Amino acid sequence: MLLVVEQFLNGLQFGLLLFLLAAGLTLVFGIMDLVNLAHGSLYMMGAYFAATFAAWTGSFLLGALMALGATLVLGIVLEMTALRHLYGRDHLDHVLATFGLILFFNEAVRLIWGPAGLALPLPAWLTVPVPILPGIHYPAYRLAIIAVALLVALLLYLGVMRTRIGMLIRAGASNREMIGALGINIKLLYTLVFGLGAALAGLAGLMQAPILTVQIGMGENILILAFVIIVIGGIGSIRGAFLAAIFVGMIDTLGRAFLPNLLRQVLSGAAASTAAPALSSMLIYLLMAMVLVVRPEGLFPAHRR
Amino acid sequence: MKSLSVSKAVTALMLAGLVLLPLYSSLSGNIFILTLFTRIIILALAAASLNLIMGFGGMMSFGHAAYLGIGGYAVGMLAQEGVGSGFIQFPVALAASAIYALVIGALSLRTRGVYFIMITLAFAQMAYYVASGLARYGGDDGLTIYKRSDFSGLVDLSNRTQFYYLCLACLFGVIFLIWRIVNSRFGLVVQGLRSNEQRMQAIGFPAKRYQLVCFVISGTMCGLAGALLANNTDFVSPAVMYWTRSGDLMVMVILGGMGTLFGPVMGAVVFLLLEEFLSQITEYWALIMGPLLLLIVLFGRGGIMGMLGRAGRG
Repeated sequence: MLLVVEQFLNGLQFGLLLFLLAAGLTLVFGIMDLVNLAHGSLYMMGAYFAATFAAWTGSFLLGALMALGATLVLGIVLEMTALRHLYGRDHLDHVLATFGLILFFNEAVRLIWGPAGLALPLPAWLTVPVPILPGIHYPAYRLAIIAVALLVALLLYLGVMRTRIGMLIRAGASNREMIGALGINIKLLYTLVFGLGAALAGLAGLMQAPILTVQIGMGENILILAFVIIVIGGIGSIRGAFLAAIFVGMIDTLGRAFLPNLLRQVLSGAAASTAAPALSSMLIYLLMAMVLVVRPEGLFPAHRR
Repeated sequence: MKSLSVSKAVTALMLAGLVLLPLYSSLSGNIFILTLFTRIIILALAAASLNLIMGFGGMMSFGHAAYLGIGGYAVGMLAQEGVGSGFIQFPVALAASAIYALVIGALSLRTRGVYFIMITLAFAQMAYYVASGLARYGGDDGLTIYKRSDFSGLVDLSNRTQFYYLCLACLFGVIFLIWRIVNSRFGLVVQGLRSNEQRMQAIGFPAKRYQLVCFVISGTMCGLAGALLANNTDFVSPAVMYWTRSGDLMVMVILGGMGTLFGPVMGAVVFLLLEEFLSQITEYWALIMGPLLLLIVLFGRGGIMGMLGRAGRG
């Protein structure tokens, strides 16, 4: 029971983290029609910035806030110098150009911070276990991640659906020429959206940093999970990304936790322990394959044109 | 027609260079260059196979490195189990790649555009994780191949020059095959589907079936490259299917010129020589390579073949 609740919360936490990453990716794709592989690099930069600033200021929160600002600025600079020129080009061009950016970021990080990973220690008040149910404790930090991610998801929803900027963003997604003709500075809007996406990726990275080590290439594996999520959820749909992210986070975590035991009841011990790691890492891809067979456009495709 | 002659001349020079390379290597005693170019030729073969679906078929696969791994693991696993004959290893490598391509293609081709890119990427990553989980065959650390594929006297893979020419022959064979495919009725249908799928379907061609066959042919060819690569390094590990390797292959195709017969070979030669050259100047070669890719995408339309064509036109 304890294990089930704990793994369930772990799955939720991982899913919400994936949502932050996938939301930025799907936002940028939905609005600018840009495939950004370097999104994982922004996630990595968020973690590196946080580790550096936290060590520098001595405060976790201050470091995290500064890192958030830094990834926002980095995203804006990146958009203005390089990615802006890719709008309207072939998707293949996006893939290649941003693939080049990944190489650049990984190498730049190695040059600046060295090949060894960094650690981002948590302050004492975030490491205490919190009782959530009678007799069941859960780390405060993971609860904090869940709370922050849910808050961001809510703000994102309200921001996109209820504010003027959000209205412009949605209008830009459905017809960019028209809102340009109506006198909206579409270039600025795109830069802002990209910055927002970058900040979301940075937030995911810096929140994940204390749990895993901060290292080169940390953004690449999780980026692929984010791709799986937006394929399942439907490209350009934030609601789809949210549901698919939670789903994928749960399946991945619960699969890794419980699949070995389940297999052991069916197969012999040796066969189960060989098959389990491979099978549990395949689970989400099998899920994606099944979704594709049933709904090639994803579960919640954004209504476009 | 002058434009044709410039790119043709450069291609012919490059191919002559590849054929004569072992001669240079043995005369100068530079063994390293032979090893380097064996690798280049194998990856050029992989790039050429990717070009078949990407350049001619319009299917942007971002998971082509999976076949390198599947072909390589077929050789490695059979060698581990005591089956050393290349007459068994290579057909198994090709068949395994074909089956994987059939399954993945059937699923991925339900989608198009950017979905297709992401899905092929995700499936290749799945293959990567499966290979990492193969504890019996080295898992994450990979699998050392103690004896290269044995072709019982026909060709000795441990002989550097013979192995080089085997790889070169495979490359030329595959390019010849691609040339025949592209100019066949089947190839014209696939190219028609790239230009306008709806119209082709309206004429009555079963679009997905043609594309799937093309996808499987390409995957099988790349499986051959995988089997050769494993023999070249005497080692196979999940890292050969890591997604950056798929990206490298895409870069080679684009760099050389998508949808041209010899473009991918040109791309592979230039890309890998550049990588080698930059990594000798600085440890941080990717710092230059990354932005270079960005510039190539922004300004180098049509790749090297395209640029040669423009240069020819003056």
